This record gives sequence, C-alpha cells and structure tokens, in this order.
Amino acid sequence: MTSGGEAAAPRAPRAWTVPLRKLAQANVAVVTLLSVVSALVLGAVLIIATTPAVLHAIGHIGSHPGRALGLTGAAVGDAYWAMFSGAIFSPSALGHVVSTGHGWVALFTPLSETLVSATPLVLAGLGVAIGFSTGVFNIGAQGQLIAGALAALYVGFEVQLPIGIHVPLVLLAGAAGGAAAGFVPGFLKARTGAHEVITTIMFNYVMLNLLDYLLSVSPFQQPGQSNAISRTMPATARLPHLFGSGLRANLGLLVALAAVAGAAWFTRRSTLGFSFRVIGLNPAAGKTAGIDARRVTVLVLVISGALAGLAGTASLAGTDFFLSSGYGGNIGFDAITVALLGRNRPVGVLFAGLLFGALDVGGRNMQAVTGIPLDLASVIQALIVMFVATPVLVREIFRLRGGGGGSSLQLATGGWGG
Amino acid sequence: MNDLSQTGLVRRAKHVRVRAKAAAVLAAATLGATSFAVGVASASTSSTPRARVASARVDHAKKFLACEVTDTGGINDRSFNASAYAGLKAAAAADPAISYRFLSSTSTSDYQPNIADFINEKCGIIITVGFDMADATQAAAKAHPNQRFAIVDYTYSPSLKNVLALHYDTNEDGFLGGYLAAAMSTTGKVGTFGGQDIPTVTIYMDGWVAGVRYYDKVNHKHVVALGWTPAAKRAPGSFAGNGLFTNDFTNQNLGKQDAETLMAQGADVIFPVAGSVGLGAAAAVKQAGAGHYMEWVDTDGCVSAPQYCSLFITSVTKGIVPSVETATLAAARGTFHGGNYIGDLANNGVSLSPFHDFASKIPASVKSALVSLRAGIIAGKISTDPDSYPAS
Repeated sequence: MTSGGEAAAPRAPRAWTVPLRKLAQANVAVVTLLSVVSALVLGAVLIIATTPAVLHAIGHIGSHPGRALGLTGAAVGDAYWAMFSGAIFSPSALGHVVSTGHGWVALFTPLSETLVSATPLVLAGLGVAIGFSTGVFNIGAQGQLIAGALAALYVGFEVQLPIGIHVPLVLLAGAAGGAAAGFVPGFLKARTGAHEVITTIMFNYVMLNLLDYLLSVSPFQQPGQSNAISRTMPATARLPHLFGSGLRANLGLLVALAAVAGAAWFTRRSTLGFSFRVIGLNPAAGKTAGIDARRVTVLVLVISGALAGLAGTASLAGTDFFLSSGYGGNIGFDAITVALLGRNRPVGVLFAGLLFGALDVGGRNMQAVTGIPLDLASVIQALIVMFVATPVLVREIFRLRGGGGGSSLQLATGGWGG
Repeated sequence: MNDLSQTGLVRRAKHVRVRAKAAAVLAAATLGATSFAVGVASASTSSTPRARVASARVDHAKKFLACEVTDTGGINDRSFNASAYAGLKAAAAADPAISYRFLSSTSTSDYQPNIADFINEKCGIIITVGFDMADATQAAAKAHPNQRFAIVDYTYSPSLKNVLALHYDTNEDGFLGGYLAAAMSTTGKVGTFGGQDIPTVTIYMDGWVAGVRYYDKVNHKHVVALGWTPAAKRAPGSFAGNGLFTNDFTNQNLGKQDAETLMAQGADVIFPVAGSVGLGAAAAVKQAGAGHYMEWVDTDGCVSAPQYCSLFITSVTKGIVPSVETATLAAARGTFHGGNYIGDLANNGVSLSPFHDFASKIPASVKSALVSLRAGIIAGKISTDPDSYPAS
C-alpha cells in the first residue's frame, strides 16, 4: 500500500482532480473530509443492499431502468436527508418560521441536539486524546465517566445549596470522581508497572458493577423504588439551559468548549503539557532530560479521568438527571474513536465530537423517519475512522498525490510495549 | 415471532454489549478494518429485516403510526422490547391502517430525544419500555397532553391521563406454577433461579415459592423450594429476597449450571426465570433424564421452545404482546384511555399455559385445585405473599 501514491503518479492526472490534489497537499482536513465522503458513499451502498424494494428494482434494471434509478436515489436520498435535517437544520422548519413567525425552537432543535450529543463525546475524547498523545492508553473513560457521574449525583442530592454554588460544586465533584477513577490505574502503573490498557479496561467493569450495586441501595436508590434506578438531580444541581427551556443545549457545552481551550493551552503552552508531549514522543529522551515519567503517567490518567468524569456529569446534570444500570452507553468507547479521528488534538477532538454527535442525532432521525436502523450511523462512524486511519487508501480512491495531508494517523505507540 | 423467549422479563445484561463494543473499539484503534466488519455484520444481519418490514408498511398505509422506543436492551432482546414490538406487529396484522416503527436507545441519554423524534413523526401511540424510561415518558406525556403513550412494566401513581402503564402481576400465575410444581415433585424438592435480582424477575420467583408453601400448608406436605428466599419484614408490594441468579440473560451455560446445582440438591422440577438462559436449564433437565421436569416462563414454552415441550409441565406466562396490541388498536380506533393496566389472573393478563404433554399426567385433583386456587386469588381470598405461609 505504501507505494500507492507513487504508482499513481505517472498517469496523466484527470482534470477534475487537479484542485483536489492541490488542496490535499496542503490540508489534513481534506483527507478527513474525503474520508467522510467515502464513508457516506459506502453507507449508501449498504442502504441499497438492505432495502429489498430497491434491490428488486435493480434486478429489473434492464426493463425498467428509470424505476431502478429512481428508487435507489429515493432510498439513499431520503436516508441522508433525514440525517441532515435531524442533525443540522430542516428547511420545512425554516419555512414554518418564515410563514408564521413562530417555531424557532423547532428550527434550532436539531442543532441543539447535536451539541448536546457532542458535549460528552468532546469531553471524554479530550481525556483520551491527552492520554494517547502522552503514550498512555486510557481505555477506561467509561468507568471514569460513571465514577464522575456518581460523585456528581451524590453532591447533587446530598447537599442543599443555591444554584450558583451548587452547579460548580457538582461539576467539581464529577471531575474529582473521574480523576479518582483515573488515579488508581495511574498509581498501579507508576508503582508496579501494571499496564494501563489492562487496568483501565478492568476498571470499567469495576465501575459498571459498582454502579449496579449502588443503584439498589441507599442513599443512591430512588426512595420508594425497588428497581435499580437512582435518585434524581434536584433543580439547583442541574446545568442551566443556554437558549431557553425549549432547547436542551446547556452549560455542559460551555464546559466542553472551555476544556478544549484549556487543553489546547495546556498541551502547547504549559510546562507540564510540554513534559507530557516529550514523554509521548520519546520517553527515553524525556527521562534523560529529567522528566519524572512515573509522575507524568499518574497525572495524565488523573487529568484524563477528570475529563471523562466531566463528560458523565454533563449528561447527568445537563439532560438525564438520573443514573441507571449501564449508564453512559458507549460514550466512553466512542470517545476513543473521537480522539483518533481528532488526531489527538483538542480542536480536532472538538470537530470529531461534533461530527459524531451529528451522526448520532441524524442517525436517530433517519431511523424514526425511514426505518433504516440506527446501526448505519455507527457503520458510517466506523468507516470514517477507518478511512482516516488509512490515508493511502483515500489518496488512491481520489487519485491524489501524496503530500502533507496524507500523513498517517499518528499514534504514540510507546505505551503498548509497557 | 419465533424468538425463544420473547417477553417481558427484563433488559438483558448491558455489560455484555459494552464488552463487545470495547473489543470492537480496541480493534479499531489498531486495525480500523475490524470495526468496519463488526459494524457491517450487525447492520446486515440483525437489524435490517425489521427495518424492511417497517419501511415497506409505511409506503401504503399512513393512517395510524404506532411507534416503540426500545430501552438499551434493543429490539432483539428476546424480552420485553421484542414482545412490545410483537404487540405492534399483531396490531398491524389486525388492522391494515396501522403501520409501525421502532427507535433503539443505546444509552439512557437517548430516551428523551427518541421520544421527541417520534412525537415529531406524529405517532398515534408511542410505546416505551421499562422503569428506566418512566421519567422520560412522564415528562413527554405532560409536555404533550394530546400524545398517547403506553409503557411496559411500569405503573404511575398517580396515573397519567395520556399514558397507559402496563404492569403484570406475574406472582399470581407464578403461585399456580409453584403449587403445580410442588404437586408434581416426587423428591420433595423444587428449584427456581433468576436472570437478575430485579423486581420483574423476582416477582415470578416470589409467587412461585408462595405457591409451593401454600401446597405444603393445605396438603400437610414438606416440599422445599430452593433458589429463592423472600426477605424478612418486606414493605408491601416488595419482592425482595435472596436467591440464585445467573446475572445474565443470554449465556445458556449459566442456566445449565444453575439447573444442575438445583438438581444435585434434589430438586426435580426447575423453574428458570431468565429468558433464553432457561434453555440451558432445559438441556440440563433433559440430560438428567426421567423424573426431571421444568416450568417455562413468560411465554408458552411449547410454542417458543418446542424442542423441550416434553419437559414442560406448564408455562407461567405474561401477556405483554396482547396488552400492547390492545392498547395500539384502542389508540387507532379512538377508544384509548390512559391510566394503569394491571395484567392479572382475573383479566387473563397473566396465566398458566395449557399443559400440553402433561395434560394426562397431572392428577385431576391437582387440576381442580388449580381452578379453585385461581378463583381464590382473583377473589382475594388466597394470598400470593410467601410470608403468609410457613416455610418448610
């Protein structure tokens, strides 16, 4: 595969690819964009292959070519249109606003939902990314997210305070809970050399089962309930809505944006962030330069855990208000893909989180409107990451010359060897 | 619906899903391609046939749309999500004007937006599933008083005008099942185990043990029920206690082990309350040979697992499918009323299935006792609380 770019070179470039090639030489984002396009195209193939009516029509393409093409276009178009209008913006809602002057909430609901969905992904993704770029593989975001949510919930219902103090305290508790859950694997690695991939994965199960246990005992269990369901967050502990009560976008979004800015400053400007990067790029050089690698490992996992804890808190105090078994779904694991797609850079993680949030929300709308299963959105997410991870493939598909945009997904791999 | 155990037990254990996802993501981190394969496989095998049915129906009938939001167990959970969906299908089969769709939830955060999506889609009725979704359903119902909902396995107090909450007193038919098991036992020991220690499971086990104890009391026998001990000093309506649980609704090996454990202690009638895990118990009972029997749960075992029909004395069933179907048809016909629906022996919302192969083996005296017991429970003369009877 590595010779793909060179092999394509001697051919006469097709005229339409010239501007693309120029862009690709300069811009990482273009490869990502083309990866998204490729994934959508493959997703379209899946839609066609799993819709019997379309397949049937294609089988009779000789006798009714128009019908086959029309049905194919309609199936794919409807699905992607539902995705777009569910996640970004729906023209019919705009029409309603223009003609009646009402319905602003409906117009902005898709965007608001995308932001709500992206918030925990961005926060947890940042945590994972900081780990990856330091050569620490934190696969435990799920467990740290649950730990953070549990701590935040406890502070939420156990303490009575005015909203202005309660909300920051809940956020702090969430970060502290996640940090504590990150500290344990970090400490184990620093002290005993236990590999963090193993310990963080195992810690996920510890937290999942701890959550299950706590949900059925006092003080976490909802009073009067025999089911495994937690008490709810009181009004003073809930994150305020940003754009009125009709839209679910809340303070969690600002927390995520602040975390992105903070992480960007931290990795680029702070001394500690510099030592993180050095250890990630070359642990041996870092140690020679006098950086305490064990301290860095513990700190990275603490920070990474705190961000994952904030992710759990943002969902809990922003939209869900209670915990139940398996809380967080797959956010902790999706965060890993978001970090990879964002190339472990804070701003990259922000955009990757927004994209995944939009695909989640859009996929939901697609299933509601067309009946095509939500899994398609997951497949598209996986395909995007796959294409981003293999830029050579993207270059080959679009006949691009290899250049600055083609650099492979960068992963510090020092951590795998221990 | 040929699922093995299609009904209303519970969500299946979620950590199984999480574990699979963790593996897929790890693979993605190193290979990328693996996660692609996993994704494609899941999309093209498990989910799409349902989508076909749904979208094909949408094309020609748009008069009444019935929608289900699943909980995190997903539509193929062989449990209450699948049963509720079967109820929608049954309603659509009964009335061609009805079309149906579902929306899956991958985490609790999906409940509110999924319900909101279906409200936007102008669903005539939205079915939600399980106590997890109770708050989200209630909030949506209060914000949209004209939107009709039904929720499976939950009750609201006070009840809501536009939500029909469907709840099933499976301790009532569990009681009959326990009585019958005790009557059929020759070793003097019978055993039960559950999939998870949650009320929708333990309510069955609790009623079943009460039935065994009642049998002992009225017949002066000493049949012992293994696998479930009701907690002392429980609040009314609580089904708390200690028991044998697989903590899993999919791994049949665990069911096999638990059934073998119970039989090793002398039990000759086994009552698994664990969805498809019960199939493992059936395999163990079959292996144990003559003189070992079972009772199936949720659905008629001779229909959902016919290969083991010869082992099933009866099945302790729960009517999610017919009650969801009824609610959907009522909404389509404009006769829908909110409130709480309690499926019990009186309204046939819960019942013992036909005896099938055992019809000739169960003594006539036991059959008539079951009939009068049923009447006694309906009349409120016989308690289904095991604490009302001494334990053997």
